[in-house]
Amino acid sequence: MDFSKYGIRKEEFAVAEAALGREPNECELRILGVMWSEHCSYKSTKHLLKHFPVRGPKVVLGPGENAGIVDLGDGLGAAFKAESHNHPSAVAPYQGAATGVGGIIRDILALGARPLASMDGLFFGDIDNRRTGHLSAGIVKGVGDYGNAVGVPTVGGKTAYDSCYNENPLLNAFCIGLVELDKIVSSQTARPGQLVVLLGSKTGRDGIAGAAFASAELSEDAKESRPSIQIGDPFAEKMLIEACLELKEKNLIVSMQDMGAAGITSSSSEVAAKSGVGMKLHFDRVPLRAADMEPWEIALSESQERMLLIIDPEHMEDVSSVARKWELDCAVIGETEEGDDYSIFFHGEKVASLPVSLIGDRCPPIHWPSERPADFETRWNFDLDGLTAPGDWNTTLLSLLGNPSMSPKHWIFDQYDSMVQLNTVRGPGHPVSVLRIKGRDSLIALVFDADPWKCGLDPFRGGAETVARTVRALSVAGAEPLGLTDCLNFPSPEVPGQYWALEECIKGMAAACEALGCPVVSGNVSLYNETKSGAILPTPVVGTVGLIPSPEDCLPSGAWEEGDVLFLVGPCNASLAGSLYIRSLGLPESGRPLEFSGEAEKDFSERAVGTARAKAARSGRALAGGGLAAALAKDSAESGLGARITLGIPTRKDVVLFGEGGARALYAVPMARVPLFKVIWSGYPCLELGRAGGDSLSVEGAFSLTVARIQEIWRNN
Amino acid sequence: MRTSVVIFPGSNCDQDVIHSVRDTLGCEVNAVWHREERIPEGTDLVILPGGFSYGDYLRSGAIAARSPVMGAVREHAERGALVLGICNGFQILTESRLLPGVLLPNKTLSFICRSCFLSVENTETPFTCLFEKGQVVQFPIAHGDGLFFLPADELEDLENRGGTVFRYVSPRGDGGDEWNPNGSVNNIAGIVNPQGNVLGLMPHPERACEAILGGEDGRLFWRSVASFLEKGSRRHGLQ
Repeated sequence: MDFSKYGIRKEEFAVAEAALGREPNECELRILGVMWSEHCSYKSTKHLLKHFPVRGPKVVLGPGENAGIVDLGDGLGAAFKAESHNHPSAVAPYQGAATGVGGIIRDILALGARPLASMDGLFFGDIDNRRTGHLSAGIVKGVGDYGNAVGVPTVGGKTAYDSCYNENPLLNAFCIGLVELDKIVSSQTARPGQLVVLLGSKTGRDGIAGAAFASAELSEDAKESRPSIQIGDPFAEKMLIEACLELKEKNLIVSMQDMGAAGITSSSSEVAAKSGVGMKLHFDRVPLRAADMEPWEIALSESQERMLLIIDPEHMEDVSSVARKWELDCAVIGETEEGDDYSIFFHGEKVASLPVSLIGDRCPPIHWPSERPADFETRWNFDLDGLTAPGDWNTTLLSLLGNPSMSPKHWIFDQYDSMVQLNTVRGPGHPVSVLRIKGRDSLIALVFDADPWKCGLDPFRGGAETVARTVRALSVAGAEPLGLTDCLNFPSPEVPGQYWALEECIKGMAAACEALGCPVVSGNVSLYNETKSGAILPTPVVGTVGLIPSPEDCLPSGAWEEGDVLFLVGPCNASLAGSLYIRSLGLPESGRPLEFSGEAEKDFSERAVGTARAKAARSGRALAGGGLAAALAKDSAESGLGARITLGIPTRKDVVLFGEGGARALYAVPMARVPLFKVIWSGYPCLELGRAGGDSLSVEGAFSLTVARIQEIWRNN
Repeated sequence: MRTSVVIFPGSNCDQDVIHSVRDTLGCEVNAVWHREERIPEGTDLVILPGGFSYGDYLRSGAIAARSPVMGAVREHAERGALVLGICNGFQILTESRLLPGVLLPNKTLSFICRSCFLSVENTETPFTCLFEKGQVVQFPIAHGDGLFFLPADELEDLENRGGTVFRYVSPRGDGGDEWNPNGSVNNIAGIVNPQGNVLGLMPHPERACEAILGGEDGRLFWRSVASFLEKGSRRHGLQ
């Protein structure tokens, strides 16, 4: 039996054979191949993910369900999750991105939550690369067209460019929804004697075995993978959202599961496994788009806009009537039963019979060899202090602002409906996206961010920095973090150095989550992001959710007024390693990012939230890409005001201005509030930089540019 | 003021309009499902909301224009009562010929969501009676097919009869192509029928009713309608 063509390893075949007491047949092998793929089983990462803290006072539902849920107070919860759709987007950018958005929305919906907002993480190749134009245009249009039509606003995200994504762009989609805590729908509550129901679009041949496709490197001729691409239909999804929420309101659903990767097989077997019931499915009852589909094709089709429901038999007529109203197909395809048997019938014939527990969690884990690459020491020891300071500071700053990874992405987010649903207080283009909750004072704050360059230099420190910078941004805006979701985009784990980077990144992220009291409530792993031309940088993307008690407690950025005193809080020992400055100069990516300090981060966060609550500042921005110089320029461009800055620091000016990392922020403080501000930050590094005002931004001994010039560069990109 | 909002499959600004009208004016709003063949008794204003009715498959608004409820909407309009189409609703009104012209893909060929400046060109309509002529307001747009087009002779008729109610302008009220987001002829953002009771516009007034969301210019729009209806005598013979 050639099990390898179904993506099954020798030891996995042995486990299956032993459990069944016979050789699995082809249909069963195909099912196991997909269910035991990296995408579905996390066999390479399950043990690593155990490093993440997953509990906390605000966590209602941690990893393991369709999405995580945090407590927003007064009986309301926020369900959120991020997921990657990288491989499909590399091959079919428009459909790959569109179905990525559709899939993550269904994950939120599956908990009975109404989808409230989306964000996206886009990682494209070199801006000058021919493929980048094609891929980025298709991916952006795919995200927009889907989200816009479904009526879920896209309120923010992260876009970055680097040659490592030339062949393998990344599309990460985040969605958050609102749910009343006493009305959460679970995928774990099925009981024997209930009906298994398929609601939504018909099942077709699109997207067959997409999960397996997502678990291997992109082949040279990726066109062969086209049949693995799903086709999105946002209209059908909109109907599905309304129908599922109506079913939930009417208490007609026992259990619900999104049909994402691996289609009917994964959704049904997951419900069975999590609920501890057996299941009998009849594939001849599945509404099909193509009449002659084989049972294994029906099992593995990833046709979009479908939901698997578990229904009490006496509610079936009411469920059908809701489905008819929303013009959706609805079919009873099986029933739950006592025991551990998962079997599939096709025209009366039993075509597959597997123990539920075998499919669910008996895939043997893989511990790939891990080894720190030999060149790390050399790269860490590279002498960044030996670099000559910029000859022309003005040009350096402008080229930094014009860098595609830095500049505001109007061409992207103007294509997204960021306002539908009337909750968007701050949309794309702001360091933190803010949503109101209708009928309440409190606001939800969201950040979706990544720093692959620091992860590439030092995966532990880079991983910690990634988490920390999302929390810093939230804290400065006045939000306390409730939890986060992650998309771990990495290359093949089979290369020891790459597996080491994955391990270290996760450990670094976990350390920051622990120190900042921000648990991981959901997430997704995407491995094998590499092609013949190379591997991507380690790219963990983090979506962090925070709560602001009331609109008055929300501190904006880019809101300077004439005469405000500008302060830099935080240490001046930032690092040029992995910084935008080094990258935009085309210098070697060397040096070592700043060490993570849990204590300093926690201290910073508390003071920053305190600053917002006490209204001790008018404007604040956590320092991120481009360091202090970029923060000054962005705030100045958005405020339409200049500033005169004097840096009375002995450290090198380029390090102070362009260095990155560490818990730092730029604040504008009205004169009368300066004493209060100083009290809040006493005992923490806090440096008065100068005053806001005038029509040019100047830093003594460095740059001097008119606000108009900065705005021109800033807005035209 | 009694308002009915028609919900087509794919409408996604229906709840926004309901929220906006209900919370700005404090009046009850009925949701009317597209399969209904009657508009609730006593309805003053029918709103066709924005969104992607029937997925905008075929053409934006084309399928909705032929849905069961539209017969009743047409009768309502022919009685001289008020009909408002916002965004996809505007597209439905042109597709059903309750308003002239057609809405074509934006000149950029991409969807555009951003805040726009509009000048109120005609204050003699039930929807704009509290504005000042030439007043500049800020409403967001969010559409892919917002390029309003009419053949030259019909366009002249429209302009001559004061059918243009909103035009895209600069923050100071000046014209110019750079302020026209979608390439509409004569920078037209919203038009009214000759009787003055059917208005279609691409920008979303319901997205501009709360300071926390960035602006409140839309409130005057809703208050205009309410104020017009309170003076009920003008309901007939609008022109």
